[in-house]
Amino acid sequence: MLSVLTDNWDLFRDGFWLTIRLFLVSAVLSLVLGTILGAFRVSPVPALRAVGTGYVNTLRNTPLTLVFAFLFFGAAKMQLALPSPFWTGVGALTIYTSAFVCEVVRSGINTISPGQSEAARAVGMTFIQVLTLIVLPQAFRAIVPPLSSVFIALLKNTTIAAGFSLAEAGAIPAAMSERGENQLITLVWITIGFLILIVPLIFLQRWAERRTAVA
Amino acid sequence: MSDSGTLTQTGLVALTGVNKHFGELHVLKDINLSIAKGEVVVVIGPSGSGKSTLCRAINRLETIDSGTIELDGQPLPSEGKSLAKLRADVGMVFQSFNLFAHKTILQNVTLGPLKVRKTDPKQAEQRAMELLERVGVASQASKYPAQLSGGQQQRVAIARALAMDPKVILFDEPTSALDPEMIQEVLEVMIDLAKQQMTMVVVTHEMGFARSAANRVVFMADGEIVEQADPETFFTSPTSRRAQDFLGKILKH
Repeated sequence: MLSVLTDNWDLFRDGFWLTIRLFLVSAVLSLVLGTILGAFRVSPVPALRAVGTGYVNTLRNTPLTLVFAFLFFGAAKMQLALPSPFWTGVGALTIYTSAFVCEVVRSGINTISPGQSEAARAVGMTFIQVLTLIVLPQAFRAIVPPLSSVFIALLKNTTIAAGFSLAEAGAIPAAMSERGENQLITLVWITIGFLILIVPLIFLQRWAERRTAVA
Repeated sequence: MSDSGTLTQTGLVALTGVNKHFGELHVLKDINLSIAKGEVVVVIGPSGSGKSTLCRAINRLETIDSGTIELDGQPLPSEGKSLAKLRADVGMVFQSFNLFAHKTILQNVTLGPLKVRKTDPKQAEQRAMELLERVGVASQASKYPAQLSGGQQQRVAIARALAMDPKVILFDEPTSALDPEMIQEVLEVMIDLAKQQMTMVVVTHEMGFARSAANRVVFMADGEIVEQADPETFFTSPTSRRAQDFLGKILKH
């Protein structure tokens, strides 16, 4: 069983390395975009709230495969210049995941008593200051566990990219079958690979929960 | 202060023809009120009379439907940076303290000066410690709000408001959430402020405070200012039927 892995180490190594890169870049970008969208959803400006709501309702309800298809094929049809497949994949994953991050951030903000932001406004803080200095730091605690789930889902969602000419871990089975290797054992190794990748995420979550525990 | 209770239009805080509805409910009915610099105005009345809403409208934590509210001759801006700027000049003390839960006591007091006034950190800290000393909680400076008693938290909240050097401080039922033995320590700080000519609007049920510290008592019922007078006149010979009823109920015991 081990030889399936060692004989094809190049495939596994390159596949998982691409998975990791897709995941890390998309995670950071969707955290940023999702937080901004979450801020839109609680903003005093009705137009921004509408943009946030519209984004979430559209992207959260669109299958990720379709988001990929729109970017890879739709954009090509419209003669739009696409960045490299890697960045197009990152784009699809980010656009999709940030809708979920947005909702996690918004629900976290809602756990903070309105008195906190009222007091901050009464001191003369602007909306951005209220959000970044008072509300988000406190909301982060409530955000950590559901956000971890969103990121674990993102890690697994990267396998969709295999269908769009990105040779990440999800593309390993096809390549292995061409080499005539055992499919079942291949899948077991890929599963083990993903489990190994998820372990650090779980530790990161535990660490963040401890960091944000109230004094 | 005028004995009649009607002051000139050139108050530090001036409300003119202010109306507000919560859905069907008309919570503020054509309110006219002018508060002079250095004046202590106590707003009393039964629950649901609109007194908290009135207090919160002055720094626009509640929006109003019609009328104008002016601070130092300037109408309240509706949103954005100019509103934030104006709020910095209006201190607010809440019923439930609302100290920033993730910040220490000292940080609670310095945050406004640092982030809003861009005060030098050393200066802000020194001033904050002076204020905490003044309200008697300097020894708790490095603790978090949840580690303090309600009375201590409310005194920190007063220090936080003072740190901004406000033109006026609004108190929205500052002692209503406190255990009885802690009410006095907060009232003492407020009486001290009143003596130093701080302009104050105080919504409260503490009639003792109204008697000893107020320049004027404003009595509200059903969203209207029914009667206003200096405390001695108001408490000994209220003219309106509703004020007589109200005082009859609360002063009976």
